Parts: sequence; C-alpha cells; structure tokens
Amino acid sequence: MILIHCPYCDEQRPELEFTYAGEAHIARPLDPASQTDPEWEHYLYIRANPRGRHNERWRHAFGCGRFFNAVRDTVSDKFETTYKAGEPRR
Amino acid sequence: MSGFRMAKGGRVDRAAPVSFTFDGQQYQGLAGDTLASALLAAGETLFGRSFKYHRPRGILGAGVEEPNALISVDRGGGRYTPNLRATQIAIYDGLNARSQNRWPSLKTDFGAINDRLGRFFPAGFYNKTFMWPRSFWEKLYEPAIRRMAGLGEAPTDIDPDHYAAEFAHCELLVVGGGPAGIAAALGAANNGERVILIDEQDELGGAALSDPAQWTWLEEARASLAAAGNITVFTRTTGLGYFHDNFVAAVERLTDHLADIGTGPREKLWKIRAARVVLAQGAIERPLVFEGNDVPGVMLASAARTWALRYGVAVGSNVAVMAAHDSGWHDALALAGAGVRIAAIIDYRDTVDPALVRGAEAAGIAVHLGSSVIGVAGRHAVRGITFASNAGGNQRSLACDALLMAGGWTPTIHLWSHSKGSIAWSEKWGAFLPDKPNENVTCVGACGGDWDCGSGANLGQLPTPKDPATIKAFLDFQNDVTAKDIALAVREGYHSVEHIKRYTTNGMATDQGKTSNLNALQLASGFLDRPIEKVGLTTFRPPYTPQSFGAFAGHAKDALFIPTRRSPIDGWAEEQGAVFEPVAQWRRARYFPQGAEDMHAAVNRECLAVREGVGMFDASTLGKIEVVGPDAAEFLNRMYTNPWKALEPGRCRYGLLLREDGFITDDGVSARLAADRFHLTTTTGGAARVLNMMEDYLQTEWPDLDVWLTSVSEQYAVIAVQGPKARAMIAPLVEGIDLSPAAFPHMAVREGTICGVPTRLFRVSFTGELGFEINVPAAFGRAVWEALWQAGQAHSVTAYGTETMHVLRAEKGFIIVGQDTDGTLTPDDAGLGWAVGKKKPDFVGKRSLARPDITAPGRKQLVGLLTDDPAEVLEEGAQIVADPAQAVPMTMLGHVTSSYWSAALGRSIALAMVAGGQGRMGETLYIPMPGKVIAAKVTGMVFYDAAGERLDG
Repeated sequence: MILIHCPYCDEQRPELEFTYAGEAHIARPLDPASQTDPEWEHYLYIRANPRGRHNERWRHAFGCGRFFNAVRDTVSDKFETTYKAGEPRR
Repeated sequence: MSGFRMAKGGRVDRAAPVSFTFDGQQYQGLAGDTLASALLAAGETLFGRSFKYHRPRGILGAGVEEPNALISVDRGGGRYTPNLRATQIAIYDGLNARSQNRWPSLKTDFGAINDRLGRFFPAGFYNKTFMWPRSFWEKLYEPAIRRMAGLGEAPTDIDPDHYAAEFAHCELLVVGGGPAGIAAALGAANNGERVILIDEQDELGGAALSDPAQWTWLEEARASLAAAGNITVFTRTTGLGYFHDNFVAAVERLTDHLADIGTGPREKLWKIRAARVVLAQGAIERPLVFEGNDVPGVMLASAARTWALRYGVAVGSNVAVMAAHDSGWHDALALAGAGVRIAAIIDYRDTVDPALVRGAEAAGIAVHLGSSVIGVAGRHAVRGITFASNAGGNQRSLACDALLMAGGWTPTIHLWSHSKGSIAWSEKWGAFLPDKPNENVTCVGACGGDWDCGSGANLGQLPTPKDPATIKAFLDFQNDVTAKDIALAVREGYHSVEHIKRYTTNGMATDQGKTSNLNALQLASGFLDRPIEKVGLTTFRPPYTPQSFGAFAGHAKDALFIPTRRSPIDGWAEEQGAVFEPVAQWRRARYFPQGAEDMHAAVNRECLAVREGVGMFDASTLGKIEVVGPDAAEFLNRMYTNPWKALEPGRCRYGLLLREDGFITDDGVSARLAADRFHLTTTTGGAARVLNMMEDYLQTEWPDLDVWLTSVSEQYAVIAVQGPKARAMIAPLVEGIDLSPAAFPHMAVREGTICGVPTRLFRVSFTGELGFEINVPAAFGRAVWEALWQAGQAHSVTAYGTETMHVLRAEKGFIIVGQDTDGTLTPDDAGLGWAVGKKKPDFVGKRSLARPDITAPGRKQLVGLLTDDPAEVLEEGAQIVADPAQAVPMTMLGHVTSSYWSAALGRSIALAMVAGGQGRMGETLYIPMPGKVIAAKVTGMVFYDAAGERLDG
C-alpha cells in the first residue's frame, strides 16, 4: 500500500485515504462554446497515458478532502512529488 | 519401519507425551514435535499421494518448503483446514490429521494407476487432450480430472472461527528469526529503534534450532530480545507479502497449535509499515534430480539433520547421502556425530575438499566421488539404492533405508522479489541473489548470500546411463513435473522461462517451486543452450505460503462485510413487519405487508391509498448537500443544466446534473433557503459521487467562487406525506408555516416547526399527488414519524415502501437515474429537454450536447410502453425489436428500464430506452421472451394525470 504525501495536510498517509482523479493539468476551457468539436473531444477524452512520469490528480477523500496534483511513475508506481492544485506542472 | 526416536537429543520434551491421530490411527509424539517429526519417529514413511501420478510420497523437507506431506486437519464443528504442511503442524493432544489425494487409503490408492499410465500424461497433456468437443470440458473432463488429480478437499461448512487484523508501525521490521535476523533486531534496538521481529516457526532460532552448538547463544539472544523494551517478537507469523513503501503483510497463527483454542481469533493479519526492512529468510536446500528421487525416505540432507538434532528423530538406521554440495557432508557428519549410521556419501563431484573426505573416513563412512545415484529401490520406503560413476560404469547397489540429497542452497528471495528488488545470478550459489533494492530493505544471512556453507556443483540433473526419456526424475514434487517434461517443453518450442513454467506447471503448485525452480532453470538453460542468467527466473508473487481466506477477510464477513446503513425510521418499519431491500448501502422498507398479503397485493393497496387518501414514506436516504456562500447560486448555475440565479428564496427547483460529456449523472429537487443557502437533494446512491464531483469543480476549476459544500444526508430524516389528504393530515402538527395553497405552492420550501421540532418543510411530489417532504433533525426522525402516524390514523394513513414509490413515480413518468438511464442518456434522450436552460452560456456538459454524435438522429430515447395485453407486465431488462420474425441475432432497438402493474390504471405500464423512440409514438414494437412474443405500443412517459391536476390535492 503506497504512502502518499498530502500537500495540504503535509502528512504522509496510506493510499486508502485517497482516491485517484485522472490526469492533471487538463483545465476546463474557459469558453467551452468556442471550442471546435476536435478540441472538445481532446479535452474530454484524450489523455497522455505515459509509460513513466505522469502528472495526475488525487483527492485526500478520507482526510482533508482536497484535490491535489502528483507526479507518479507509472512503471515503478513510485510518487516523485505531490503539490497543491493550481501550482505549476512539475 | 524406517525412522525412530533417538535415545537422546532434540528440543522435544521427553516428559510430555502427546496423543494424536493420523488417518484414524492413534500415535504418540512429544511436546515440541511437528506432525512430521512425530510420524517419522513412529516409523512412518508414507505421507501423501502425488498430484498427478498418485505416487507414494514421504517427507522431503523439514519446514516451509515441504511439497509432499500435505495434510488436512479437522478439529470438528467446521474447523477443517486442508493442504497444511506436516512439517509445520505442531502436534497437540487430540490432533486429528488426515492424508489427502488417495482413495480408498494412503497405502492402497486406486489413482496410482496414473503412475503406470505416466507416459500418456506428458507436459501439456491437459492442453493437448481435453480440448474438444468443447461441451465435454465442463461435464466430463474437468470433474474427472478434479477427482483424480488434486489436493485436499475444500471445506463444506462455514468457518466458525473469527480472524483479526491490526496495523503496526516500526523503524525496523525483521522477517526471519534465525541468527542473522536476531542480530539485526538486537543491533537496531541498541540504536533505540522500535523493532518488530517476525518468524514463521513455533520458536525463534531458524537454522540454529538444528545446531545444538548454538543453543546456549540462542538462549542468551532470546533473553536479550525479551529484555529490550523496544523489540516486539511474533512467532508463528509468516511474512506473506511485501508491498509498496515498506508495507509488509504477515499472518500470525494464534490457535492452530493449541489443544484448547479458547474464544479468541484463530489468526491475525498484521499490516506492518516499517521505515526499514531487513529480510533474514534464510535459504532452502535443493533436491537432486535422478530416477527415484521421490521415493518416501529420499529427503533433503538438511531436513534429516533437523529431524535428528532438533527433534531427536533418526530418519533411518542406515542412511545414504547423495551430495553435489559440501553442506551434505557437514550434515552427514553431524548426523553421524548424533549417532545416525551413515552408509555412504556419494558425491557427483570428482574432487571434494580433502578435509571433508578425511572427516568422513574418520567417521567410518564410505565415500564415492564422481558418482551419482541412478535408481532407488522401494515403493513406500527406501530399501536401497543403485549408483554408478558419472560416466555410467561401475554400477553398484547399496542397502539403506533413507537417502539424503544435498543439491546446494537457494536463498529465499521471495519477499525481496515482491518488493521489486532486482536479482543477480551467483555462480557460487547456483542461484539468484538479491541485487539492487527498490525499497529501504536489505537482505542478511543466507537469504542475502552471506553464509558460508561450502561449495558445490550446479547441475540440473544427475547423469544416468538410462535413456532419459524412460525415467521419472522429479523436479516439482507437488505438481509431478519431471526432467523430461522440461525437455519436452523446450522441444515443443517454449523458450521463455515463463512459458516453460506454465506449460509444464513447474513451480505453480502451492509451494511456488521453493525446491524446484532452480533445478528446472538449470535444466532449461541446458536444453536451450543459453546461460542461466539469460533464461531468467519466474516471478514470485504473494503470498509466500498459502494462507487462509479467513485471515484476509478478517472481521469483514457476515453483517460486517458491508455496513448496512439504516434510516432513523428503520426500527419502526421493522416493528411493522416491513420487507426490506438493499438500496446502495442502505436497507429500505420495500413494502409493508398486512396479514397474508404478498408483495403484489401490498403494493396495490399502498398505491391506491396514496392516490385516494394519504401515505407516509421514509425518504431519509436521499442524498442531501448544503451549499452555502455568496457565490452559491452562481456555482449551482454552472453545475446544473437549469438556471438557478433567479430562483427566489423559499422556492424549489428540479436540478439535472450532467457529466462534462453531456450524459445525465444525477438529479434531485433542491431548495433555496436564503440568498446564500441551498438545500440540495441527490439520488440515494449518488450522494457521495455528486459531492465529490461538485468539490472537484469548486476546488480545481472555480477556486475563485466563495462556496462551501457540506454533506447533510445523515443529519436529516425525511418523511414524505403524499396524497390528497396530506395537507389535512400534517396541518395540526405544523407551527409557523402557512400551509394554504396560495401561501405555500407546489415546489416551495418553508422553515418552521412540526411537533415542536424545527423542520425544513418541502412541498414537493414524487407521486403526482399533493405532497410534502418533512425534513427534521435525524435524532427526532422516529418521534416525528410516530407523531405523524398517530395524527394520520384519523385519515387512515398508510405506510408505503420503495416499491410503491417506484410504481407511483413511473405512473407519472418520473425517471430514476441509474435505472432509467445508463450513462449514455442526454437530457433530450430522457425527455428532460425542458430542464436545460437554453439561454445559459455554459454549464457542466453543455458543450457536449452540441457534439455531432449527440445531435445525430436514431439515439436511444426514453419512452413509455403499453402492452397490447394490459395484464402483461414486461420484464425489466427485456430487449425490444421492431420485427419479431427476423432471423437471430435480431437487431435490438433497446430495452425495458422500468415496468410495473399500475393499480390506479388497472393495467401494466413500462418505461423503455428505444432507438429513435420519440419518433416512434404509436408504433407497435415487440419484446421476444422465452416461449412468446409480447407486443407493446410506444407512448409518452406520463401515464397518469398528464395535466398535473392532482398536485394541489
């Protein structure tokens, strides 16, 4: 069971307290109506799915309840870092 | 009779006899014995029948590695465990143990015919033979194979034991309580670290238990461990898996060794998080591969040493040794020193450390170098062996009653491999050793390759003058895999070690190849003519040893398997004899039968009562979210499809929630209590999902909005009072709220008191009748319900359950998200286009509603269905076609989502998802069912009071 550092609680807590929330840094377009169909499709469905370093979102669902971002290696399943929502990509 | 209890020696308590039974026969052992040592002491050699060939099998090892002696233990009363290793079963008075995989008895087993037919059961036999016809597999092949080949029988009774689980944390976890593990634990404890030391055996000591010279040290070490305040020692505790971030799972066996098991848990699953882990799991000796290596009485040299020096049991009175490694010599000399007669040491190697040879000769032991055993006489016990020079000459026979094998040592790297540490081939060990760690872990002692037990030869199979295709030289004793099976697999084109493993099943038995993997690898490497490190090792996976399901289940069984959520009114419903149904994690009253009523009769009565008088329904399970803050209306406006900003305080609105992809995910009626405060409701099952989704948008997309979301699902009990008499019924109990239709219209909310309890009173209707939903603090829920029930008697109030709720809402065409929708329905598809704010520039899911696929014709849409035969109630989930005469497979248009008998209408009604449904009004479609085809007309979704005239009572 992985340990995950919650950047809001500043605590290393077991995976059980967290839920996964998909790839990070996919901002909802500010004006969806101006999006072309391919652009909107890309926003909705197209994900990087990398082998290796992955910026992704987690929620400390059974803790503080905050969503935050993380860098996790999809091969080793190791967390490189976690950071608050809104902070730049790492 | 082969083995016997020696006059002295061992750690058993000779003053404490223990009685037990094996296959119904009474035996006596000593306190400290395992089942294996006690039976060996009694002269038994036969412990089981092999998996495939039903060959007689004895004891091979002395511990966790034992592949043959699998035993069922029956304590009675459902306490029955199959497939335990005899080498790890501590005996106690009354132990009732049985051998397995034999019929009618261990000594006379009809299945042994498989052994004679062995040539017809090569590797891959099942895959090749039992393929066709397909239908034979389930009915004929599999049951027959299961009867013939197998392990112990599965338990048939419910396990009456209970199992515990606990988390533990430490700076250092040491797995393995031999000398290396003990040293690591003491060292860390001296540095002030919290240490947990676990060991799978009944007592600490590991290999030192089989070496009396270390017993004094061991006593002192145990005393030091006990004296250190910061070391916790768990014996009988198996580290079964090593997971991410130094998380190790271990099972502690608490009662299996006791005659009186008491009332505590049988096992405890320890979930240990350690800053650092030391693996000190030791090494397991390898058998040698030659014809006859599975005859009972052929065993590992290290095992014989353990039986003699730890348990005081000689495995024979005239014992031969077949070695390819120095440790066999050390064991032989130790046995000789303890008084066991060694007939000869045969060593595959041409040259051996002269000191060992001198030692053997000094002990009067005949030595044959450059030689190999080529046959073993005896079926249920060793009677003698044949050996020859490695070139095949100079064949001789030797009488003996046991044969010990010393094929070298395999470090136990299972947990290391679980932790994803890399491994490297060691020519010195003839095995893989830990290389680079992936966690904060080190391996010490033999499991880290740090143990000097001498040197040896690495070989897959002993040389033999016989045709290798005609002999059975076993690699995997538990799965009956022989050397020639590996040759066959390679010949048939399996060149990856993972494929060879699966084709031959080598290493796939319950022992995960603890004694067989390396020998198989050596052989495969030879057949493939590829260096062993290029062949690679198969993957180790948890658990290290088989574990009971109970240990993993822990307390999560029966009522504790999934929590049952109960509303505050649940107890009242139970007292009234309600029949319940599970809804999400809740149990909800489904209907309230009176007298001998069945569900149909009860629901008809409840439905008519609501339509004609008044009914009460416990709606407490509805999800409820309080949305508070200056931007609350703006937030809801962005989340829901319909406009919220203009909603006046005191009014309610039906909210439809889409995912960003445009599909309906939830709905519910919500109220604006104040300019900055909303009381949202969600579906019962959707509460957590909706709150999560709203938090996600609030935190990550619109963090600028000043809004707070709070789950209040369990803070309010909700009592729905529905029917023409609803207002009259509640009026006497309500204070501070003008209930008149003008002052309190449909879709309004008021705050006041009911029965003196503060309430948020909603005027809403999920039935189509005049209705109220009374929200009161949960603690008052039952009291208010009972007061209402009393007051309602004057109006002949009827309690109704979820089934009636479903019928009433379906009569009105109100959908249930998740029943009438399936994650692919847009508001238009569900006939809810009116709930979409056309002028809103944006809301979650809006852009998707303009995608080409969403606007294309022919989408599945919700419609009503009325069967031509009004008495016919369709089955929910039934498929719908346009032409029932078409060929199978038919083109299906959709399916029935809701279907009920409507007492109010005196006929059946149904909702269905149908391709292009809204354009098919009046069309007749068909629902093919077994033995008949049902015709039904497509209609609108509102079956009852389409004009909505009943809402005001």
